[in-house]
Amino acid sequence: MRTDANGGVAVRGKVNDKSVEIFLGKLLRWGVLLAALVVFVGGVWFLAESYDVPQSYKTFRGEPAELRAVSQIVRQAVALRPLGLIQFGLLLLIATPVARVMFSVLGFALERDWMYVALTLLVLALLVYTLTSGSGI
Amino acid sequence: MNTLEFTLVVALGSFVAGMLGSLTGLGGGVVIVPLLTLLFGVDIRYAIGASLVSVIATSSGAAAAYLREGYSNMRVGMFLEIATTVGAVSGAFLAGFLHTSMIAIVFGVVLLYSAYTSTQALADPPAGMAPDRIATMLRLDGSYPTPDGPKSYHVRHVPLGFGLMYVAGVLSGLLGIGSGAVKVLAMDQAMKIPFKVSTTTSNFMIGVTAAASAGIYLRRGYIDPGLAMPVMLGVLAGALLGAKILPGAKVRTLRIVFGVVIAALAIEMIFQGVRGKL
Repeated sequence: MRTDANGGVAVRGKVNDKSVEIFLGKLLRWGVLLAALVVFVGGVWFLAESYDVPQSYKTFRGEPAELRAVSQIVRQAVALRPLGLIQFGLLLLIATPVARVMFSVLGFALERDWMYVALTLLVLALLVYTLTSGSGI
Repeated sequence: MNTLEFTLVVALGSFVAGMLGSLTGLGGGVVIVPLLTLLFGVDIRYAIGASLVSVIATSSGAAAAYLREGYSNMRVGMFLEIATTVGAVSGAFLAGFLHTSMIAIVFGVVLLYSAYTSTQALADPPAGMAPDRIATMLRLDGSYPTPDGPKSYHVRHVPLGFGLMYVAGVLSGLLGIGSGAVKVLAMDQAMKIPFKVSTTTSNFMIGVTAAASAGIYLRRGYIDPGLAMPVMLGVLAGALLGAKILPGAKVRTLRIVFGVVIAALAIEMIFQGVRGKL
């Protein structure tokens, strides 16, 4: 996975490291742009519906349940609720680095670097944990 | 303010923050929380949630350009990512029961440190160091392209770097920032990784670390769509524009100005935190 394909100790697999890296970079960029588009559409919709509502975030209330859990957010987005759409876009955004880590597992596997496949899987497991059951307290 | 006015003002502030962050290399996330709390009176928990989201956006948005240059070290990044994600989970957990005033004070101190490091010139470590046993075992050593061909380097002090990365993760999860300053401290100062390699590797790590914290913040209800929307779009647009005009920009003066602004915000955060106003 390292990019210095032109020498050094990093060349161990037959995979073209540089092309994998460029692909990952593009994946991240498109992920972010897609997320931004969804957030933007949801945002315009949200503003069209409630532009003149007095707004303040001085007091912390916490989000309702339907804007917290992954499955609920997806349901809200499918139902085309503006806030649900924004939250779904944010979820896509959070998913882009996770996708990057997933592809890194694949990259290390192609290089047959099993130690780093294991280390990367550990990072991936932590990320999945925080999104699905890591509400903390 | 009604929702439309509030959204537009926050988007504009975030745009400027994102542009300055990208031009100076300090990241926009670092001023989002003071901007939202001090200027717009937003509760610090909502502010941190929105800031985390913008940190992921700028990190992932910049990755394409960084990866093409071919400096980042994926093994170093992934190995240290274990420390930062575990740290981020601890930090997000801490944020759940620390008093918001305390969070504001810690934020101010970290901000002051970031302002200080932005004035320090970074020098590459001396060449020709002996390999380190742990780094060799973990295959962390690498090389990077230079005009005179690839230059190899040895990674040092792995346990210290790993420990500092845990701290960077805790701060990221607690404060909603990328902790770029602490990551650079760990990689440049402790592990003696060349500057270009550490900056690009750190950019990739910032996104993954922030994603770990953001997952927890989302599930805990700290990420408000109405607030995160203008912050994320504003910072992202600002950062992309900043990256476009960067080659022709006079960055030195800007860095100093931005450093002073950050220091002022830091002192105000500490002051308001001590008074119990945040």
